[in-house]
Order: sequence, then structure tokens, then C-alpha cells
Amino acid sequence: MLITQLKSKETIEALAQGKTVIINCHGCKEVYFAEHEADELQKDLSGVTQIITTDYICNPDNLKLQLQKHTDVINAADTILVFSCGVGVQTVAAQFESKKVYSCCDTYPLPGFQGVTPLNVDCGQCGECYLNGTGGICPITACSKSLLNGQCGGAKEGMCEVDKEMECGWERIYRKLEKLNKLDNMKYEAPKVRNYHNPNAEEPTI
Amino acid sequence: MRITELFQRGEFVLTAEVGPPKGVELDHLIKDAHEYLKTRVHALNVTDNQSSVMRTGSLATCKVLKDEGLLPIFQITCRDRNRIALQSDVLSAALLGIENLLLLTGDYTTLGDHPQAKPVFDLDSVSLIHAVKRLEEGFDIAGNAVDGAPPKFAKGAVVSPCSDSVDVQLAKMEAKVKAGCEYFQTQGVYEPEKFIKFMEQAKQFGVPVQLGLIIPKNVGMCRYMNANVAGVHVPDEMIKELQADKEKTKAGDTGVEICARLIKECKDYAQGVHIMSLGWENRIPEILDMAGIAPITPVV
Ligand code: SF4
Ligand code: SF4
Repeated sequence: MLITQLKSKETIEALAQGKTVIINCHGCKEVYFAEHEADELQKDLSGVTQIITTDYICNPDNLKLQLQKHTDVINAADTILVFSCGVGVQTVAAQFESKKVYSCCDTYPLPGFQGVTPLNVDCGQCGECYLNGTGGICPITACSKSLLNGQCGGAKEGMCEVDKEMECGWERIYRKLEKLNKLDNMKYEAPKVRNYHNPNAEEPTI
Repeated sequence: MRITELFQRGEFVLTAEVGPPKGVELDHLIKDAHEYLKTRVHALNVTDNQSSVMRTGSLATCKVLKDEGLLPIFQITCRDRNRIALQSDVLSAALLGIENLLLLTGDYTTLGDHPQAKPVFDLDSVSLIHAVKRLEEGFDIAGNAVDGAPPKFAKGAVVSPCSDSVDVQLAKMEAKVKAGCEYFQTQGVYEPEKFIKFMEQAKQFGVPVQLGLIIPKNVGMCRYMNANVAGVHVPDEMIKELQADKEKTKAGDTGVEICARLIKECKDYAQGVHIMSLGWENRIPEILDMAGIAPITPVV
């Protein structure tokens, strides 16, 4: 079971730039989603051209199908804000390669049954989602060492030193940011350090 | 002494790598260091469980070398220790008078002789540099004050100029400089053009860079590195050169010549040389002689 907790209102406001499409995922019963709080917050955001509430966006085929009728408004959008677990955000980011796709939630683990895991991407439930700085590619699961501050010296021809069948996650992140013209994202003021004492997440009050 | 002082004085800084053995008999390492390195290189890098193979520790070996009147560089990787142990070892280094650090992410555990071990990577090279800088400012990485006079180190890191994605490497290099890195040693270079081109871009960071060299011992080793070692590429012509005179290569002379030539071709673009001899410490004096680099007065 996972908990997705909303990022702060200021953070989300700062992410909603230009024409913004919101995608909410209410699919999975294994994920606690702060539906009511999200609704309230989304009402106050400016520039929102469409709010799409759907399910199982972690499945790329399903996502494509669900978004078909919104193609025009999505094409016209500058930003896509996703309210889902980390897997959903990554699937959306992978589908809209050249759009800014941002995560509005932090995903935390809750011990116990974890539910159906999806297809291509993975969320390590780190509790402080980094996807907004990494072009929607998860550094925790796409990098074998879960590095946060860029590539280790181990990649060879784009493949990871740990698993030669796997593309280096940080090379993918770099190329994606390059494409988005967002390489400045990697120039952090202070290096990123993970917080393993994360479950600050409150017990869901359902 | 911190090797950053040498760079500041404008010296061409020479270092060599030594690896502690799997066991506690350091006699051989110490003897070689005195015989071949003491008057030829300024400082000795001591590797930290190199290639994820368990050995005697880098810090203890650094202390032994220091007591022998040599200047050690303590290599620290993030593979085996979390942030508590890393910072603690950095303070321990200060306590023992070890002032030079080389801060690395580290190879993955599965590359070594304990593939079942837990890979740690709590910090990475960038956040480790940051942590050391914070200790120098009197705080640990969690923001707690550290008692007494804070330590001061020469903080180094590595970069791969001949990587197949040199732009990604440069971005990481910039992050390291921002975090407080004060000198770089490079991965083994066999392609001077690539190194020179890299240095033109790296110049902007204003941090000294030592040319890294791995003595090419034979053709098999070069082919292995080409297939498996990130950031290292031995060009075909060099492999042919090693094939041409088998006896000479076997005697180690071709590798020595290649290294000397690489130094000559890159010298004007680098602020020093770092030699990874992988057991061939005895050939380092010849390489330096052939490259026209005179013996040094040892510093401690
Ligand atoms: S950064 Fe990765 S592991 Fe962390 S919440 Fe986002 S998708 Fe999940
Ligand atoms: S090669 Fe890339 S994916 Fe593999 S550990 Fe290094 S940075 Fe991570």
C-alpha cells in the first residue's frame, strides 16, 4: 500500500505555468489519494485548461486510450500536472516526451501488500518525489545506485555499470533534460541528500 | 601538506596510486613506495577496497605511509559506508593528520569479490564533497556543530575526459566544483585529442586537473578495458603498437613508452599527472624520465 501526499500549495502553484492540464489518477485501491484536498487545491490554480480524472495511468495503453478525447487540449498545453503515485507521473512523462510533466505528490510506502505493480517504470516510494527535476525519470529506480546528483563514472556507451542490459538512468535523465532545455535543473544549490527517515506521512483519514 | 598548496604554487603535481593488499602485510607496498615513488611523485593515492574487492583499509594504510614519511591521499567511496560512517572516517583522517582526500561514488558491489554485499550509496561523490566542506565549516551534514577547530582538507574527485558522454561528465564535474571540489584526477587517458578538447571545456571551472594514466601492460588488458571499463578507450593504433614487438611489450617497455608519450602530448594542458600502475610501480621512474619530468623533493 502506498500513500500519495500532496506537495505544498506553493510548490504546486510554482509548477503550474502557462496553460496547464491536470491529470488525477484515482485508479488503484492500493494507493491512498488525497482526493478532497486535491480538488480544493486545483480550484485555486490559475491557467488550468482542463482537469482530467481517470484511472490506471500507470498502464501506458490505458493512459493513451483515456487521454484520446483530450488530445487537442493536451497538445496546446505548456505543462501537465499529475496527481498520482510516482509510477503514474513517469508513465505520463514518457508518453509526452517534449512536455513539462510535473509530479504534485510525494509517494510514501506503507508496509503491507503493495498492489499490482505496473509495466515499464517503477516507483521506489522515496517520499520526496524528485521527478520534477529529472524530466519525469525516477533517479531512485532508473539508476542502480539510486544516485541523486548525476551520473556515476560507470556508464559505458549509455549502459549501466551494474547491468549492461539496462540504460544508465542518469544518461537518460540528462538527455531528457537536454531535450526539454532544462539542463539547469542539474545545477543544484546544495547537493541532494535523501531522507531515509521519511514517513512523515500521516496515517490516512479515510 | 595539502596538495592544493602545490597546485597553488604552480607545481606540476605528480601522484601515483597504490592498493592495499588483501591482508595486513604492507612491507612490499612500503618498500616499493620508498624505492620507486618517494622522489618521483608528490603524493600516493591509497585506494578504498578497489573494484569492490575487500582489502586492508585505505585510512589505516594512509597512516602507515604517513609515518613512513610519505604523503598519502585517502580515497573514500560511498559504496560501503553511510553518511555517519563517512563523516566519522573523514574526522578520523583529520585526527591522524591525513589532509588529502579523493572522494568517489565507488564501483557497485557486484563488480567485486563480495557480490552479495549490501550496496550503500547513502551519499554520492557530490554530496560527500559537500559533507566534507560542511565539516570544514564546523558542521556535520545534518547541521550539528562539530567541536573544536574544524579540519581542513584538499578535496579531490575524478572525471572521465574520454567518456562516450563527455557532456554528462562535464555536468557532473561542475556539480562537484560547486560542492567544493578543489582538484581532479582523470580516468585513464589514451586519446590526447579528447583530453585536450575536454580541458578546453573544463578550464572554465578554474580547478586543477591531473592527467590520469593507466600503464597499458598488454593487448588483452586493453581489450578488456575497452569492453568493460567506463570512460577508457584504447585506440586501435595503440593496440597495434603493443602487438608489433611482442618481446618489448612483454618486457613492459611499450607501455612505458606510450605513457611517456601521452604525458608529453598532454602536459601543457594539465596541471599534473596521476599514474595508476596496477602493480608496476617500478616502471614509474622510467616513464617520468622519458617524459622529461625530473625527480622531486619529497613533501610531507
Ligand atoms: S522520485 Fe521515484 S521513488 Fe521517489 S516518489 Fe518519485 S517516482 Fe517514486
Ligand atoms: S551507470 Fe548510470 S544508472 Fe548505473 S549506477 Fe551509474 S549513474 Fe546509475
